[in-house]
Amino acid sequence: MLSGQIADGFRDRELAGRLSERIRETVPGPLRIMEVCGTHTMAIFRHGIRSLLPDEVELISGPGCPVCVTSGGDIDQIIDLASTPGVILATFGDLVRVPGSNGKNLAEARAEGAQVEIVYSPADALKIAESTDRPVIFPAIGFETTIPVIAATVLEARQKKLGNLMLLVSHKVVPPALDALLGDPELAIDGLLCPGHVSAIIGEQAYQPITEQFHIPCVIAGFEPIDILSAVYRIVSQAREGRAEVENTYNRVVTKNGNARARAMIDLVFAPCDADWRGLGTIPGSGLALREEFKEHDARKYFDLKPVSVPEPRGCRCGEILTGKVRPPQCPLFNTRCTPTSPVGPCMVSSEGTCAAYSKYGSV
Amino acid sequence: MSSKKILLDHGSGGVASRNLIEEIFLPRLDNPILAQFEDSAVLQSGAARLAFTTDGYVVDPLFFPGGDIGKLAVHGTINDLAMQGAHPIGLSLALIIEEGFAMADLERIATSIGQASRESGVPVVTGDTKVVPRGKADKIFITTSGVGTVPDGLVLGSGMAREGDAVLLSGTIGDHGVTIMAARAGLALQSSIQSDSAPLHRLVAAMLQQAPGAVRCLRDPTRGGVATVLSEIAIKSNVRIEINEKNLPIRPGVDTACEMLGLDPLHLANEGKCVVIADPAHAEALLAAMRATREGRDAVMLGHVTGAGAKSMGSHAKVVMNTAIGGARIINPLSGEPLPRIC
Repeated sequence: MLSGQIADGFRDRELAGRLSERIRETVPGPLRIMEVCGTHTMAIFRHGIRSLLPDEVELISGPGCPVCVTSGGDIDQIIDLASTPGVILATFGDLVRVPGSNGKNLAEARAEGAQVEIVYSPADALKIAESTDRPVIFPAIGFETTIPVIAATVLEARQKKLGNLMLLVSHKVVPPALDALLGDPELAIDGLLCPGHVSAIIGEQAYQPITEQFHIPCVIAGFEPIDILSAVYRIVSQAREGRAEVENTYNRVVTKNGNARARAMIDLVFAPCDADWRGLGTIPGSGLALREEFKEHDARKYFDLKPVSVPEPRGCRCGEILTGKVRPPQCPLFNTRCTPTSPVGPCMVSSEGTCAAYSKYGSV
Repeated sequence: MSSKKILLDHGSGGVASRNLIEEIFLPRLDNPILAQFEDSAVLQSGAARLAFTTDGYVVDPLFFPGGDIGKLAVHGTINDLAMQGAHPIGLSLALIIEEGFAMADLERIATSIGQASRESGVPVVTGDTKVVPRGKADKIFITTSGVGTVPDGLVLGSGMAREGDAVLLSGTIGDHGVTIMAARAGLALQSSIQSDSAPLHRLVAAMLQQAPGAVRCLRDPTRGGVATVLSEIAIKSNVRIEINEKNLPIRPGVDTACEMLGLDPLHLANEGKCVVIADPAHAEALLAAMRATREGRDAVMLGHVTGAGAKSMGSHAKVVMNTAIGGARIINPLSGEPLPRIC
């Protein structure tokens, strides 16, 4: 976390103005840049960054909000489990308003008697498990950033013999999804604004194959406005010069090889599996499942849950929004039937979802 | 509304709360005073004009840095009266207490109520106590009502903002909201961060004395925060409001906690702040009057009402923030309970 003074440097108005000017001078023509991370999407809206970019530069929000890409089937399982008598569901707040396929969400399940506790970290779920004999289910959602902490929690639960702490794992990893996304012939992307936190784990190296295979500039950025504008400038410069390289504007946090210890922790607890991404479908090797030796902490095994496939809500275009094919205002439900107060699709629910960002911070 | 049950979102002070009132209560209690939706109602009795308000207090934890449920219950109701420019003259106090509640905690709350009441100069003149069986309420709920006298000729309202008006804010935002959320999350904040619970009637009196007639609207941004209050003013006055991020007073610790929890300080509750819409010609004098009071020492000029909306009510009404880096973005009311995010 940046302290106030450091953050101020990354929010400097004059510097932002100069970067905006450089981008304007450098942009060779229309460019579509996808920001992969939901936190970037939020920062772009929160600081009004779009209003500082020339018309040629279009920022497209990709599948980087962990709640948004969680499949409808997984969401239904979470809500069903929460409604199971005797169970305590300990969850991050983002999930509380995500509607299941029948329209019901965790907030409503809670109003009907389910015990849903909002936690700020998996360690809080562990504390709840220590205080009760009842099963405590933690929906394990998130990318490389969140996974090491959750892996550590599983290890601690095992050490403390807390068999009642169970995970409903929907973890996803970013590189296979980027591969699948960029391989989609309908998707026209000229540059990737790569996530800061995820890259801290996977390192710059993870994007090398992408630049080589798809000839697309990949620039890693932090979450302050100057970070993002600098990264956009680098992408624009690469496009102008016909280059496609990995660049890192967040080297105060992200290194070439990332955090090997965190990755080892992930490997210890989780094994790769195929995963269903909302909007992207099944992507081989893009998910994680608990390894066999941790099966006592696997809610799917304990409750004998089978994978379920759930169609998208009618009219909802979250899938196309997640892949950057349409923008939220092009969805017929956007800001009509689907609003931050009563969301239909997942992109409206999470504070980091593309639709929520468009709805909250839309056009000025 | 798809759900047939009350959700926590309905109590958030944001759009869901508003929808609940509009759908359930307004049609059934239909009257022109209630329909004004102000922080307190102004009743006419003969020549006298009285402001009247009531508020229920439920807070977890009961005791938090900078205050407790008792202090909040006194200040909150005084502030609702003050937002109509009223001079508060008396409060009622009703308590619903859960069986088994510690007597020492009740004494502590009563002491705090007494102290807040004395310091504000507003007595608690009537009250009621009920006890419910264990588990039928969560520790203690407090309701206070208040009555105040409104100066002759003074009419304030959210629908009175006009193009060119100044938007003032009496001090730092988010202090109370962050204090409570951090206490619930078990987060340790810098010790300087605490609830801003404070009575605003003296600050309001100072403004009204400084420039009578210059103040058009006063709102205290409690649940839903400054964003929700400004949005309501924009819609009711059918105007566009522009505020400047660089003028937003936010304590560094509040800022950091918001970044960590993914919260917007503009959506967080304040318990001792007010948003002022005023004649721009008197803005500097009003700011000086605010800054001369303890509650308003950090007062700032936040922005301006920059345009009237289109003819169709509310269609062009919006709040825009010019961001610190020179961009611009829309400010929206809080929708439901603010939820911390994942990554």
